[in-house]
Amino acid sequence: MKNRGLLFYAFAYLAFLYLPVLVLPVFSFNNSEFIAFPLSGFTTRWYAALASDGAMQHALGNSLKVGIVTALLSTILGLSAARAVTRYRLRGAGAALGFISLPLFIPDIVLGLSLLLLLGAAGLPLSLAAVVLGHLLVCVPFALTVLIARFEGFDRNLDEASADLGEDGWMTFWRVTFPLMLPGIVASLLLTFITSFDEFLLAYFLSGTEATLPVYIWGQLRFPERLPMVLALGAIILGASVGLVILAEYVRNLGARKPMVGA
Amino acid sequence: MSFLSLSGIRKSFGGLAVVNDVSLEVARGEFFALLGPSGCGKTTLLRMIAGFETQDNGTITIDGEAMNAVPPHQRPTNMVFQSYAIFPHLNVFDNIAYGLRKRKLPRDALRAKVEAMLATVRLEGLGGRAADQLSGGQRQRVALARALIREPKLLLLDEPLGALDKRLREAMQLELRAIQRQIGITFLLVTHDQEEALSLSDRVAVMESGRILQVAAPRTLYERPNCRQVADFIGEMNFFHATVRQITDAEVTVNAGILGIVTFPRANLAPGITVDQHILLAIRPEHVRFADSGVAGEIADATFLGARSHFHVRVAGRTEPVAVSGHAAPSRGTVHLAFPPDRLIGLPTDD
Repeated sequence: MKNRGLLFYAFAYLAFLYLPVLVLPVFSFNNSEFIAFPLSGFTTRWYAALASDGAMQHALGNSLKVGIVTALLSTILGLSAARAVTRYRLRGAGAALGFISLPLFIPDIVLGLSLLLLLGAAGLPLSLAAVVLGHLLVCVPFALTVLIARFEGFDRNLDEASADLGEDGWMTFWRVTFPLMLPGIVASLLLTFITSFDEFLLAYFLSGTEATLPVYIWGQLRFPERLPMVLALGAIILGASVGLVILAEYVRNLGARKPMVGA
Repeated sequence: MSFLSLSGIRKSFGGLAVVNDVSLEVARGEFFALLGPSGCGKTTLLRMIAGFETQDNGTITIDGEAMNAVPPHQRPTNMVFQSYAIFPHLNVFDNIAYGLRKRKLPRDALRAKVEAMLATVRLEGLGGRAADQLSGGQRQRVALARALIREPKLLLLDEPLGALDKRLREAMQLELRAIQRQIGITFLLVTHDQEEALSLSDRVAVMESGRILQVAAPRTLYERPNCRQVADFIGEMNFFHATVRQITDAEVTVNAGILGIVTFPRANLAPGITVDQHILLAIRPEHVRFADSGVAGEIADATFLGARSHFHVRVAGRTEPVAVSGHAAPSRGTVHLAFPPDRLIGLPTDD
């Protein structure tokens, strides 16, 4: 009987988690401006409206730009830091890691406010660049975590073997470190991109007149007649996110099957 | 002019001297071993020759060129790592060809060269094999091939056979020796396995606590160790305390306690020992003989080892039993031991 209770709990939990998410695509195909049951027929007109909404596409473009730049920068920074702390015995490495991870534990609202004040005090304009800076604070710790895990299984002798066989540090990076780190790098890029793409609070504080997609959607909620279109957008983002996560897992497994240490 | 020359090499890690004033000369084409227990500094010495560590003091010269300012990737050495360090993302062929990128060989020439090397290490037809599909012995061969294909002036081997099982290790020892003779490159081997060092090498340096104790050919090390540590580390040895009574041109006479007054050849006495000095008289277990008369003792235990048996014989006036290795014990109970004088060695005491 105890098992049956647990089973019920598990299903209720899953329903609680995922039913609201399923509502999104369902209503995005519903032929009515009102988000209410019963459903009143199938339509793709919300998706069509989306396709002709220039402001929305501009916001999407902003989010993609911010996401890609943030992913690249935080992965490069994470790669350097992860290599340094796993390869060398550095004084204060533990403290440095702690400080890098700290933004994860600071509420975003505090981070957002502080950055807003800082930019104001420095006389810098609110912009997408400011959003990227904010997102880097949150994304570098993620990148670092993923990449350190990957570096830790890495046999230091492989670098030495490459040097021994005539390659300098740079060529060793390209011929040994990079290919072996590739699954970690891809995972880091995807994770940081999604983190940045989803992020609302920092973007809301820092984006100024150039809204990112989450900020734009937030703005649209004031207009009830546009809500189904926002649902359609949400459904697309949901699909793309699921796709990315599956891709990331696939790449990660691809790497996991190959041993990391020198065979 | 020797080929590899180390002079006054020192290295410490965090204030602890790991290599302490080591000087060494290795001839071209020699198969040379650094032998010692783990932590004696032999691997650090090897890594300094490869350039992975920098010595605090001293000079390393290879073929007349000082290596102090030369980074590892420009040194005329190649290394077989203890872990083999096969690149896991490359197959056997690409692992072996890794170090040839700068030679810019045409595709055919590259293929021919790698195939020839595969044949040398007896891995024909395995070029396409993934790194994780290789057995321990095959990995060892790939590591060797990858280093040899660069035609280094000096090949460094860091415990290359340590990870293999006994049978495979013995087979690889023979092969390693054959390959070295065939290509004539100088090999420098680091090992803690005295049998390996003795069976492979032309000469061996025995190391302890960052210092070289003795450099000699294997037979000399075994028959004429220059100190207690070398005698102890290479094979088994019985020691007796003794005092030198007389030294002539041909012979040495010592008072050796329970062995009585003993005279043995002068050549068996370590240099620098003078009359009245306290010394250690040493003899190998296989040179002690059971006899009808001599030092009396009791057989404490006997171990059958196939071709020979090993005995521990308790002797009055001595806490350590005498180790004896022979074909058969005369009987249980009381035995007599003979110590042939020409097999006795005189060594300085530790202090």
